[in-house]
Amino acid sequence: MTTEATRERGRRRGAGDDADKQARAAHSERTRAEARLGWYLAGPAFVIMLAVTLYPILQAFYDSLFRYRLTTPDDRAFIGVENYWVILRDGFFWQSVAVTVLITLVTVVVELILGFALALVMHRAIRRLRGLLRTAILVPYGIITVVSAFAWFYAFDINSGYINHWFGWVPGISTDLNWFAQTGTSLFVIIASEIWKTTPFISLLLLSGLAQVPSDLEEAAEVDGATAWQRFRRVIIPNMKAAIMVAVLFRALDAFRIFDNVFIMTNGANGTTVLSLLAYKTSIGRLEIGLGSAISVLLFLCVILICWVAIKLFKVDLASARGE
Amino acid sequence: MRRRTRLVGTVLALAVAGGLAACGGSGSGAPTLTWYINPDDGGQAQIASECTEAADGAYTIETSVLPRDASAQREQLARRLAAKDSSIDLMSLDPPFIPEVAEPGFLAPIPEDVQERVTQDVVAGALAGATWKGELVTVPFWANTQLLWYRKSVAAAAGLDMTQPVTWDQLIDAVRTQDVYLAVQGIKSESLTVWINALVSSSGGEIVENPTADAAEVELGLETDAGREAARIMGTIGKEGLAGPGLPTEDENASLSVFQGDKGSFMVNWPFVWSATKAGVEDGTLDQSLLDDIGWAIYPRVDAQTPAGTPYGGINLGVGAYSEHTDLAFEAAECIVTPEHQAYYFAANGNPASNTDAYEDPQVLEAFPMAPVIRESLEQAVPRPQTPYYNDVSIGLQETWHPPSSVSPDSTPQRSTDFITAVLRGERLL
Repeated sequence: MTTEATRERGRRRGAGDDADKQARAAHSERTRAEARLGWYLAGPAFVIMLAVTLYPILQAFYDSLFRYRLTTPDDRAFIGVENYWVILRDGFFWQSVAVTVLITLVTVVVELILGFALALVMHRAIRRLRGLLRTAILVPYGIITVVSAFAWFYAFDINSGYINHWFGWVPGISTDLNWFAQTGTSLFVIIASEIWKTTPFISLLLLSGLAQVPSDLEEAAEVDGATAWQRFRRVIIPNMKAAIMVAVLFRALDAFRIFDNVFIMTNGANGTTVLSLLAYKTSIGRLEIGLGSAISVLLFLCVILICWVAIKLFKVDLASARGE
Repeated sequence: MRRRTRLVGTVLALAVAGGLAACGGSGSGAPTLTWYINPDDGGQAQIASECTEAADGAYTIETSVLPRDASAQREQLARRLAAKDSSIDLMSLDPPFIPEVAEPGFLAPIPEDVQERVTQDVVAGALAGATWKGELVTVPFWANTQLLWYRKSVAAAAGLDMTQPVTWDQLIDAVRTQDVYLAVQGIKSESLTVWINALVSSSGGEIVENPTADAAEVELGLETDAGREAARIMGTIGKEGLAGPGLPTEDENASLSVFQGDKGSFMVNWPFVWSATKAGVEDGTLDQSLLDDIGWAIYPRVDAQTPAGTPYGGINLGVGAYSEHTDLAFEAAECIVTPEHQAYYFAANGNPASNTDAYEDPQVLEAFPMAPVIRESLEQAVPRPQTPYYNDVSIGLQETWHPPSSVSPDSTPQRSTDFITAVLRGERLL
């Protein structure tokens, strides 16, 4: 009996295994078909992406190994990493790095705080006002960066600007204040315009994160007697870590590649040259393709570094968030 | 649905056909010459159309407008020429950038007979600016120069005799005593280089002493008495705030605003200021009394005994080396620069002629009563350093002489020389 029963169980198990195998095979066949379809659908876009992003990156790296100025084509020569050596030893490059990092840090921190405040306001707003509020907050982000840069430039310019007249009562501001004549004031206007323009973007990303925080967790914390600050720190923030990381990463990358505002307002005067402007001036202004490409490659490496640091810092696995 | 698809198809077909027709040119059979022009008030387009008519079917000139900023014009032209763009038949070139495009052979050589014809009765400054390594490489078109503009009332109050040449030091003293602003271009841009070059050349110096040398061998003449004198004047104006708080960001237009303002006194600037001020009076934004109070003279001297090296600008015509119609392009260039066209351009658009004949034109004299002074100034004009590395030299100067309040005769010339030399040797970034 025991033997019969065992055999019967064995048969059933065997049959179950076969069914499992069959199901797995069918499942993997389906997965493979889905993956194939995925490639068919995404393949062309992937190839185009490679063509428009990878190719220029490789070309820039290749060009960076040459001494090559567009107006002296006969003088083109392979010089290895000498361009990088010149750049990395130059104080002007490091000054540009410092200015870029400063702008990135200040704008991201201020935008994160302001963005959070705006996201909370939007999140808690009465349902009827929510749409209007979101639209109003998003207006600056809808303006083209060059246009907003010109608007800020003309507002602060000593000849055409109205800021000095409106805020003449503030200590330190007078009609004689030339904002774009010194480093500190120039950077202040550049950073302020950047914050004004992109805070809506960060607040929208944070708003989506806030919406994902389970309300029962907040309620449970409240019932347990947690204060508003404790709920914010212990419940809300940890539950929207992925949204914060995406917001910080996107804005940090954007801020690090800042160009328009500086180009329009100071064109790099008073020590406000940022890395993108330095790359532009070298490649396009001086037509130094080799040296300019090397700066662009270094800028690209900085961007990769920022991505890596952000992902490590927040310890967010975006793949696991998708359930993979 | 099918009707909509057919409609979309028809629209697309028409668009493609239209595009192809546009690529095919005018379709008249005559070659179309493309003239890349700097933005103006329509004068160059008008001349192009007149020359097309005069060509009587031999060619058609089409204009293509370059960016507004001179440096951006240079960038676009240099990039296109480096890519051997055959669409550039004619181009309006700013004189300081000519060696840079002439040296690598981006300009078609000018035939001897054309050279002879287009250099007749041309002012000295314009000829110098059109030449590279002793060869005429571009056709002189219009030639610009800066004048000293002054408010007669301020000059009289300061006791200056403006019928005689005045010096920068006299202007500085006048501005100090009258508590007014001197309008100069202190912005970190090409305008600053123009000022530095004028100051250095007015003392008989040269920013680049061996313009035809290779980048690594370029020698600068800033660490000289001329360079130090230039730094002294600029530093004094900057440090004492004699040009007002706007100096570090002041370009030509901002200078004009300062000059037209309550504290306006003296200004160094191009002749466009006259037509701009007249237009302001006609529009009712400026008073006629302001226009009546404006006088003009030759650019200020550095040393009372030495004539000023007046700033030179303007536009010359280059023929692209990769053009498929260079012969016709030279024909067209000769038509464009006739004294009649230059006179028209001067009177209508305010851009002074390079040909002396144009200065006799009654239309010109009516529109620009200061035309004889402009002509005199052009005869003594000194071009900016003519080297294929001009852009590096110019930006290097801007890096080290800005803001004007930081300029000192003891340190700036040396710092500037060291920096620019290192940049040209490829040891420093700019």
